[in-house]
Amino acid sequence: MKVSMRVNGVDHEHDVEPRTLLVQHLRENLRLTGTHVGCDTSQCGACTIHVNGEAVKACTMFAIQADGAEITTIEGLATNGELHPMQKAFWENHGLQCGYCTPGMIMASVDMLKNNPNPTEEEIRHGLEGNFCRCTGYHNIVKSVKAAAESMQGGA
Amino acid sequence: MGKYIGESVLRKEDPRLVTGEAKYLEDIQLSGMVHAVVKRSDYAHAKIKNIDTSEAEKVPGVIGVWTGKDFEDVNPMPCAWQAGGVDNNANTPRVLEIDKVTFTGQGVAVVVAEDRNIAEDASSKIVVDYEELPTVVSAEEAIKPGAPQLHENAPNNICMEWECGNQEGTEKALGEADVVVKEQLVNQRLIPSSMEPRGAIADYQPATEEFTVWMTSQAPHVHRLLATAFVFGIPETKMRVIAAHVGGGFGCKIFLYPEYCLVAALARKIERPVKWMETRSENFASTTHGRDHVTQIEVGAKNDGTINSLKVTTVANLGGTLSTIAPGIPTTLYGRLLSGTYKFPNIYCGVKGVYTNTGMVDAYRGAGRPEATYVVERALDLVANKLGMDVLDVRRKNFIQTNQFPYLPADGITKGLTYDSGDYEKPLNKALQMFNYGNFREEQKRARDEGKYLGVGFSTYIEACGVAPSAWIGVGGEGWGAGLWESANIRVHLTGKVVVTTGSSPHGQGTETTMAQIAADELGIPYEDVEVKYNDTLGTPFGYGTYGSRSAAVGGAALFNAVQKVKQKAVRIGAHMLEASPDDVVFEDGKVSVKGSPDQAKTIQEIAGAAALGYSLPEGDEPFLDETAYFDPPNTTWPFGTHICVVEVEKDTGSVMVKKYLAVDDVGNVVNPMIVDGQIHGGIAQGVAQALWESGEYNESGQLVSGSMMDYAIPRTDCLPSFELDRTVTPSPTNPLGVKGVGETGTIASTPAVVNAVMDALSPFGVTHLDMPLTSQKIWNAIQS
Repeated sequence: MKVSMRVNGVDHEHDVEPRTLLVQHLRENLRLTGTHVGCDTSQCGACTIHVNGEAVKACTMFAIQADGAEITTIEGLATNGELHPMQKAFWENHGLQCGYCTPGMIMASVDMLKNNPNPTEEEIRHGLEGNFCRCTGYHNIVKSVKAAAESMQGGA
Repeated sequence: MGKYIGESVLRKEDPRLVTGEAKYLEDIQLSGMVHAVVKRSDYAHAKIKNIDTSEAEKVPGVIGVWTGKDFEDVNPMPCAWQAGGVDNNANTPRVLEIDKVTFTGQGVAVVVAEDRNIAEDASSKIVVDYEELPTVVSAEEAIKPGAPQLHENAPNNICMEWECGNQEGTEKALGEADVVVKEQLVNQRLIPSSMEPRGAIADYQPATEEFTVWMTSQAPHVHRLLATAFVFGIPETKMRVIAAHVGGGFGCKIFLYPEYCLVAALARKIERPVKWMETRSENFASTTHGRDHVTQIEVGAKNDGTINSLKVTTVANLGGTLSTIAPGIPTTLYGRLLSGTYKFPNIYCGVKGVYTNTGMVDAYRGAGRPEATYVVERALDLVANKLGMDVLDVRRKNFIQTNQFPYLPADGITKGLTYDSGDYEKPLNKALQMFNYGNFREEQKRARDEGKYLGVGFSTYIEACGVAPSAWIGVGGEGWGAGLWESANIRVHLTGKVVVTTGSSPHGQGTETTMAQIAADELGIPYEDVEVKYNDTLGTPFGYGTYGSRSAAVGGAALFNAVQKVKQKAVRIGAHMLEASPDDVVFEDGKVSVKGSPDQAKTIQEIAGAAALGYSLPEGDEPFLDETAYFDPPNTTWPFGTHICVVEVEKDTGSVMVKKYLAVDDVGNVVNPMIVDGQIHGGIAQGVAQALWESGEYNESGQLVSGSMMDYAIPRTDCLPSFELDRTVTPSPTNPLGVKGVGETGTIASTPAVVNAVMDALSPFGVTHLDMPLTSQKIWNAIQS
C-alpha cells in the first residue's frame, strides 16, 4: 500500500505492507533509527514520536494510519544544528545514561511541556509514567524536564 | 588533584545520544544482510523427537531453516567460572538444542529470510514434535527425592556445593548465644530488563575465514575468546567482535549467548551477513535472570546485642542450563560478603547450586552481593527486634572499628582478602544529620495514633567491587577461568591530541567522559583533546570489560599507569630537547621544564611532535609517546555507606509508598560527581524495585508468567521519589586513583533498607518478616491475619 507522510519537514512516499508498524517504517524505510524499540507490548515508550503535534508511541500505529500525517522524530528536534532546550537539559542534568530510552523520553517530555509549561515534580512523574528508563532511577530525568521548563519559559 | 578530576564535566557521550544519532546494534544495516528468527521451545522440559521445517522452507523469501543437528560441529557455550567444583556437570546451552530442552525459550530451530517479518511468518510454520517431561521450577523442590531429573550428570539436580567459613565453630557459638533468631529469607528471581534487548550481527569473509560479529556486549574481548577458542575452535585472530552503542546491561550482556554464536555459524554457512535481534518477549524468556535464592539463617546474639554467630544455608536456582559465569555468583560473590560491616566472630555459609526448568540465572546488578547484604542487614534488624533493641544500637555494637583496619573477616570467609579501609560510623552519622531519627520516631508514634503506618529502614552496608586480583579469583583460587586485570592504551598523536583505548566496555556508565578526565588531568591537556575509544576488539588492548563496578577502579587505574609511562618518556624527550638531564626537569601542567627555571620548558604538544617526527631522540628511545598498561588490582575495593528509607503503608490496601530515600555512600575518590550520583540513583531504583515490585515468576509447568513489560513490574517514574544523596570520602589504598566503584552500590544497599522500613511500619501488627516483593496483597494479608 502507498503511504505518504511529512517527516521532519521532508515528504516521503513508500509502498509498505499493511502490517508495517509506523516505528518499523520510520526505522527501516526512512532509516531514522533514533526512534528505538524497547518492547513489544507498548509499555516502554522508547519509540515515542510526534504525530500531528501529539506524542504517540510509534509501535501503536500502522504506517498506513499515518498517511498524510506530519511527523517529528528525535532527528527533527534540533534546529539548524542547535539542540532543542529539552535535549540540552537532558545533557546538562545527566538525564540519560545508556541513552536507549532517551529519544522517546525527550519527545514525551516536549509534548508534556506543550500542554503544561510549568509542571510540578508530581506532574512530571505522572506525565512520564508511560516511558521506562532502567538506568537513571528517573531522578535526573525529572530534574532535566524541570530545567527545560524553566529555560523554555525564560527563553520564549 | 587537577582541573577535571572531581568535576561534574558534562558527558562526551551525550550529543550523539540526545539527537538519536548514536547507532545501537539494531540500527546497523549491512549490504546484503538477512534476518534470523529463532524458534523457541514452548515446553520447559521435553525431548525433541522431530522437527518438521518443510512448510517454513516454502515461504517466499526464506533462505533456509536449520535445526540443532545442522550445528553438531559447533561446541556448546563454555562455563567460564567453575566455582564449587563444577567440573563434570556444567550443562551449557548449544547454539540450538538437539535432543532436549530444559526451559521454555530455548532455541530449537532458526529461520533466515530476506526480512524479519518473513522469518517470523516462517518460524510459525515449523512443527516441533516434543515428548513432554515432568517439570520442576523451584530449587528446593528440585533437590528432593523423586524430583524430575534434568541432566544425567547432575544427580538430584545439584550442579555444585560450595561452602565457606567454619561450620563447627559457628554451631558451637550458636549454642552459646543468649538468643538465636531463625528465619527463611527468599531473594526472588529478577529479570534485568536493559532497555535495549540483545542482538547480534555476523559477517564472514570466506577467503580469509574471518568473522566480524557485532554483539550487545559488556565484554567484547571475552566474548571473542570464548566464541573462538571454545565454541568454534578457531584462533581468536579470526574474529573481530564489536559492541555498538549498548543500551544498558546490568550484567545480562556479560555472557556469551547461543544466538551470538548462531549468527556467526549462519553467516559462515550462507556467506551473507546475518542479523538477529530479540523481541522483548524473547528477552524475558531467554536472556539471563538474576538472584533466586532461598536462604535459611540462624543468628546468635548476646543479650547486649553483640552478634556471635551467623549461619547461612542457601539453595540457589541456576536455571535449566548454566550461563557463562553462573556458578560464581551465589558462591564467591555471595558467601564472601557475609560479614558485612560487622565483626561477626563466627560465620558459616553453605550453598547448593541447582538446575531447574527455568531460565538461566547469572549476574544481575550487584550479583551475589545484594543477596548477601539482604541477609546481613535483615539479620541485624531481626536480632534487634528479638532483643527489643534499637536497630542502630545493634549496628553500632557490631561495627568493625576504625582501628581494626585492615580487617580480615572471621573464619577465612573472604579467602584472604582484607577490608582495606573503612569508617562505618561516618556515613551513618552524616546520614543522621540529614534525617532526624529522634523526631521521626515521635512522628511515627503520632501517625500510628491517627491510623497511619510509617516505617524507617536502615542499611549500613559494605560491598566488594573493582573485581579482582587475578590470582585470587582465577583458576587456582575461586575458579574464574581467566584473569581480571584491565588494560589501557594511549596514543599521543603528532599534534598532541590523544586517543585512549580501554579494555573496559561501557554501556551507559559515562566511562568515555571519566577516562578523558583522568587522561587530560594527568597529561595537563584540554579535556577536548582526548578521545576515548572502546567496545571493539580491533584497536583496543585485550580487556575483561565492564561489570563488577570495575571500570574506574581497574580500567581507570590502568589508564593512570599508562599516562605515567607517557609522562616518563615525555620527560626524557623533553629533557633532551632542553639539553638538560632528565633528573633536572619536572613534568607539571602539561609541560616539561628545567627545575627552578620554569621558562625553559617544552609543552607536551611540542614533545609529542618531536617524538612523532623522531628527528632527534634520546639514545635508546623510539618514536612516539604511545604506551599501554595493564593493572591487576592487589585487592577488591570496599565501598560502604548508610541508606535510609522511609515508607508509609496504607492499612486498608496494604500499599507501600516510598516517602523518602536518603543515601550516604563512601565510594572513595570521585572522578565525576554527576556521573557517580547518577549511578547511585539508578542502583537505588533497581534495589527498591526488588523490595517492592519485581519478581520473575514461573508456573508449575515452567511457563514464565511475568514474561512481558505488562506483567513484570519495572518501576515507572511515578513509583519513586527523588533521592537525597551525600557522601564521605575514604580513598581506596588499592589503586593509584583512590577510587572504589559505584555501579552496584545503590542496588546492593537499598533492598534491605526498604524491606526493613516496611517491617518497621508493620511492627504494630506483629509482622516481623515478609518475603519480597512486598506487594499490597502480601501486606494486606499479613495485616489481616
